Amino acid sequence: MNDNPHRTAEESRTARRVRVVHPRTAAVRRVPSRGVLHEMGDETVLGEIYLRSLVRSQMRLGLLVCACAALTLGGTALWMALDPGLDHRHWLGMPAGWLILGIAVYPVLIGMGAYFVRHAEHNERDFAVLVRDR
Amino acid sequence: MNSELPGAAVLLVGLATVGVGALGLRRARTASDFYVASRAVSPRWNAAAIGGEYLSAASYLGIAGLILAYGLDMLWYPVGYTAGYLVLLALIAAPLRRSGAYTLPDFAETRLRSGVLRSLASVLVVLIGWLYLLPQLQGAGLTLATQTGAPAWLGGLVVCAVVLAAVSVGGMRSITFAQAFQFWLKLTALLIPALLLAVLWRHDGSPHDTGYPTSRTNVTVRVDTAVTVTLPVPEKLTVRGTVDDRPVSGMLALAPGAHRLGAGTMVELRKGDVVPVLSSLPASTDKQWARPLGAGRGHPLYANLSLILAICLGTMGLPHVLVRFYTNPDGRDTRRTALVVIGLLSAFYLLPTVFGALGRRYLPDLLLTGKTDATVLLLPERMIAGLPGQLLGALVTAGAFAAFLSTSSGLTVSVAGVLSRDVLRRKANRVRWFRWSAAIGIAVPYVLSLPSGHVPLAALVGLAFAVAASTFCPMLVLGVWWRGLTAAGACAGMISGGVLASIAVLTTILTGDHPGWPGALLAEPAACTVPLAFLVMVTVSLLTRDRIPAGVGQAMIRMHAPEWALSQSVVDRSSLETDRSS
Repeated sequence: MNDNPHRTAEESRTARRVRVVHPRTAAVRRVPSRGVLHEMGDETVLGEIYLRSLVRSQMRLGLLVCACAALTLGGTALWMALDPGLDHRHWLGMPAGWLILGIAVYPVLIGMGAYFVRHAEHNERDFAVLVRDR
Repeated sequence: MNSELPGAAVLLVGLATVGVGALGLRRARTASDFYVASRAVSPRWNAAAIGGEYLSAASYLGIAGLILAYGLDMLWYPVGYTAGYLVLLALIAAPLRRSGAYTLPDFAETRLRSGVLRSLASVLVVLIGWLYLLPQLQGAGLTLATQTGAPAWLGGLVVCAVVLAAVSVGGMRSITFAQAFQFWLKLTALLIPALLLAVLWRHDGSPHDTGYPTSRTNVTVRVDTAVTVTLPVPEKLTVRGTVDDRPVSGMLALAPGAHRLGAGTMVELRKGDVVPVLSSLPASTDKQWARPLGAGRGHPLYANLSLILAICLGTMGLPHVLVRFYTNPDGRDTRRTALVVIGLLSAFYLLPTVFGALGRRYLPDLLLTGKTDATVLLLPERMIAGLPGQLLGALVTAGAFAAFLSTSSGLTVSVAGVLSRDVLRRKANRVRWFRWSAAIGIAVPYVLSLPSGHVPLAALVGLAFAVAASTFCPMLVLGVWWRGLTAAGACAGMISGGVLASIAVLTTILTGDHPGWPGALLAEPAACTVPLAFLVMVTVSLLTRDRIPAGVGQAMIRMHAPEWALSQSVVDRSSLETDRSS
């Protein structure tokens, strides 16, 4: 069984992958319940092409979100270092620097996370459609 | 100080933790329950549990203390802790869950098929786990000593006992619920005092100070060990003890500059006195303190950027983080859980800033002793007199212990998992050996925590992050996304990054800050060591291209295909084994 985390290397090489959950969404339920990639039989090469494209789009998405986070945070650090007027400014009754770093960055980070989750699931749905309509 | 209320609060938190653990006992029957709560934890519970586990002594006590001493720049710590979860979500959360690996060594072995790499990863997990446990236990000692006057070794011992009791009776299932409970306790314990104190501060008038911190009340400070302090301006202070090696008793006019205070010296600060600052902390005006790059460090922009990088990339390499993914049912739920965690962390991290900023105003005497980690604990009683202040102090203490207990139990389980699997190597009676491993896992850092001096909590945690970012981060990111990674490359990268990062931060902790670029690089090595580790890993992997592990195609499918695509039947491995990178 796969749920034993302390299997040996030998076991893990021969372990069969088992289903751990039931699909949840309607879109997923329409997919044949047997392993789709397996069902392709002769077309596994095609299956792998689909999978490679899924991996590529997920990686692009992940890197995009990380790059946005890096630009936002790095940009903020640079801005605060290079704009000498910032510490005289008050927004909403708070010194600007404290407002930015203490409060304002958090909704931005949550927004990036939500963007990632939505698009990652979207990529997987696209993959589902590809595999089903092959 | 009334020591009964905080004592009772600690007792209650401990009992509640063991109680929830005992409830889990009825359900924990199998090894699967024990290790991964049978993967039956819903995302909402799981997110609160992750938040509970992640918010450690450094977050609860350390950040406020750093803000009090160093100012605005320290807000990068909580921002980094939250952004770290975003990076983790974006790069590795779902693939790691789908990889089926339960620990970091498991991942290293299943992905790269190398026993040597597994051993290296095990050593690193134990090392990082202990580095991270050390400040938790030290923080517990500090908290109990500050609030009840107990000896410093007692707090850590209480944490050890409660963690061992909770872990060994219920395993992962019981800690999951205990940690979720502890997250909400921590949030409440900071939120209520923060709101009340902020309102009080608003009514206090004269909101913005710009000069050197001055005492707002008459307070007597005792210096435990001989220290050097810096007085920024001439000041008359009432001192009993030794100053600059001369015995003193009474009012003393001190010139600006460095002064040595002997052990046991009492400094009686009156209202309005400028506070002498411990020489290892910056003696800055409130104006400098409130301004960007005002922390008084060399090359502050580099230091800030490197710190953000270390925390952002180190999060994914912490040993107790990966286990948590495994208690999610699938990759999709893992992503959703991680997103909820980012929200919960964002809510929590608004609060230490309030304590740090108010602490600068109402607790400047902590600058004299350097015990700034006590800011959160002392602030309620300093600002609110009488029973209400004491009750708030007890609430804050309860939250602090929830922080130590939840992080320590998560780390102990992770370290114990590795110890029982890779060091003790007992196959029979696994649960019993797991309990023994847990005992060893927490006893070692407890013993190490006893003699440690006043290294700030958040700085110790920073060491763990820097090492994790320079070792596990490249291994995980390349392992998840790049088919060309080899075991030799991963080993070389992890060793070079880990050794350099450890040397750099240990040098800073043991010998103090150094001037100029070398000092900045030693204090915040991540900006150099992380790219270096990536570079070494990629280069060595390319050189050992012929040793790309068999089955990499299979591993990629497992990590990236949605669960439903692989369900029920095994993918035809032989035909999918088209490994184009080799």
